[in-house]
Amino acid sequence: MTENKRLTWVRRNYLSVIFSAVGSVVILFLVVALFNMLIQQVLTDPGNLIEVMFDEEVLKSVTLTLYASFLSTMIAVIFGTPLAYVLSRHKFPAKSFIESIIDVPVIIPHSVAGIALYALLMRRGPVGSFMERIGVVFEESLWGIVAAMFFVSVSLYLNAAREGFQSIDPRLEYVARSLGAGPIRTFFSISLPLAIRHLFSGAIMAWARGISEFGAIIFIAFYPMVAPTLIYYRFTLYGLGGSRPVAVFLMLICFVIFVVLRMMSRRWGGSHR
Amino acid sequence: MGRVASIILENVTYILEDFSIRNVSLKVREGEYFVLLGPTGSGKTLLLELIAGFHVPDEGRIILNGVDVTYTPPEKRNVGFVYQDYSLFPHMTVEENVAFGLRVRRLPENEIKRQVKEMMNLVRISHLSNRYPSTLSGGEQQRVAIARALAINPDVLLLDEPLSALDPGTREDLREELKRIHEARNVTTIHVTHDRVEAILLADRIGLIINGEMIQVGSPEELFSKPLNEKAARFLGVENILQGRIRLNRGGMVVIEAGDLEIHAITKIEEGEVYVFIRPESIIISRKPLRSSARNIFQGRIVELTNLGPLVSVKLDNGLKALITRQSAEDMRLKLGDMVYASFKAASVHVSRRAR
Repeated sequence: MTENKRLTWVRRNYLSVIFSAVGSVVILFLVVALFNMLIQQVLTDPGNLIEVMFDEEVLKSVTLTLYASFLSTMIAVIFGTPLAYVLSRHKFPAKSFIESIIDVPVIIPHSVAGIALYALLMRRGPVGSFMERIGVVFEESLWGIVAAMFFVSVSLYLNAAREGFQSIDPRLEYVARSLGAGPIRTFFSISLPLAIRHLFSGAIMAWARGISEFGAIIFIAFYPMVAPTLIYYRFTLYGLGGSRPVAVFLMLICFVIFVVLRMMSRRWGGSHR
Repeated sequence: MGRVASIILENVTYILEDFSIRNVSLKVREGEYFVLLGPTGSGKTLLLELIAGFHVPDEGRIILNGVDVTYTPPEKRNVGFVYQDYSLFPHMTVEENVAFGLRVRRLPENEIKRQVKEMMNLVRISHLSNRYPSTLSGGEQQRVAIARALAINPDVLLLDEPLSALDPGTREDLREELKRIHEARNVTTIHVTHDRVEAILLADRIGLIINGEMIQVGSPEELFSKPLNEKAARFLGVENILQGRIRLNRGGMVVIEAGDLEIHAITKIEEGEVYVFIRPESIIISRKPLRSSARNIFQGRIVELTNLGPLVSVKLDNGLKALITRQSAEDMRLKLGDMVYASFKAASVHVSRRAR
């Protein structure tokens, strides 16, 4: 572009130029916040970051976090996919009520969610006491963590999945039915493959949300410590210097994993749509 | 070869919030090519979906091949369905799309291969077998959709505006193709369209549906020459449709003998029996013969003047119908019995072969 052309472009699109300038504050804040932490750590105390990577307690808590959130996401997929499909395809009296229920975990404070879950799932709680009899304990256990993660992340999966199913023209399903496929066959060979990218990216979002959860988890399962809990715990004991390397480490792991997953989901069936 | 079937609708009623189909009865004969004709939003697609079983009617019965299927799910009806927007499965290749119905039926793989090949030959898409739908043109996609519907050997074939989304040239090709396929397979077919020309050229019989009601059913000749009521006439009668034969052909410019009229037209068709279509708004009415480039000028007496709001429809004793503005009708002081001239250009005449 010549100087003149560029100037003309700016004049014609000055609103977008102003908006970009205003909007860049958002990006700046996010990037600076994360990079500041990373750079502080690398410049002032690189040794501690390396040390943390071999710290058994840290590795254990990171693994636990990833695993628990994975379980929670799987449960969301198994129970949420059918619900999302029904919501995307049918009208029924309680539909808008159900849709608002789905969004509740997003708007209530996570400490509230934590209290609610504790009251329900503790050993003396209505569901907790029953589950204990069949050998599932939530208090201070993996299952407590999974339950808390599920509570705060399932709406993300549901909404993405519902949107995915809604984006499929019902006529494709009609045609499949007319060709002799029953409802189940139609779902698995038409609706599911066509929505799979939405489902996958919804699952990634839910998984990420689970990994980041702290507030709801500590009420029901402070131990075993997930990574966010460990970071908080070390912060209260050792301050910034003790907790920051763990935070940086967790951030790097999440970043790498999500980049890989995003790339996978883009490659997946992107060519023919 | 699929069993040839009849389709019977008995007082079918289906009520939606903003639209309804009321009391539609219909009998389509075995092997017939039946066209459901009506303006956009008249309930044609919905009626087709009811026959396919995508919806269940509130009242009435649907009988396919002598069996009451009113409450039978679509997968048990053996009905081939083709939508205007093709509705191909985007995650499957052409071949997989065509094979879908056969795979569902658990046919042996070599049998599926054979039938898919036969079907793709029939609609001439063999060279596309490994392509994905998004890489195909509209005409190609519609051929795939037709092949997919025919592959299951359907008892009836339902076509929902199958030609409307195509460009004019492709539309003509595919229209001929539909005719050829119907002659080859003889499947009972209902074809939905809002295009009168399409209806006349393809239909054994036409059902006229307006606002969810079946207004009239009959052969193309019957419908267009004797519309049952004003509603029907309004929809059907706005077109000049004449039968004729090509008498003279001078390199694309032809002279067609249609009743008492000798019509000049431009067409690729060289000889034979034809239909002639002239849009009424292409016809100019004047008191004196016009000095213009119009090749066709006919004198006639006004036998009908119909007020259509801002427009006036003028019918002459030579069979031509014109639409002119209210203003020009008043300026010329037109009244019944007046002698006037009707002129139109050779390029405004649409010619189609009439062969059945």
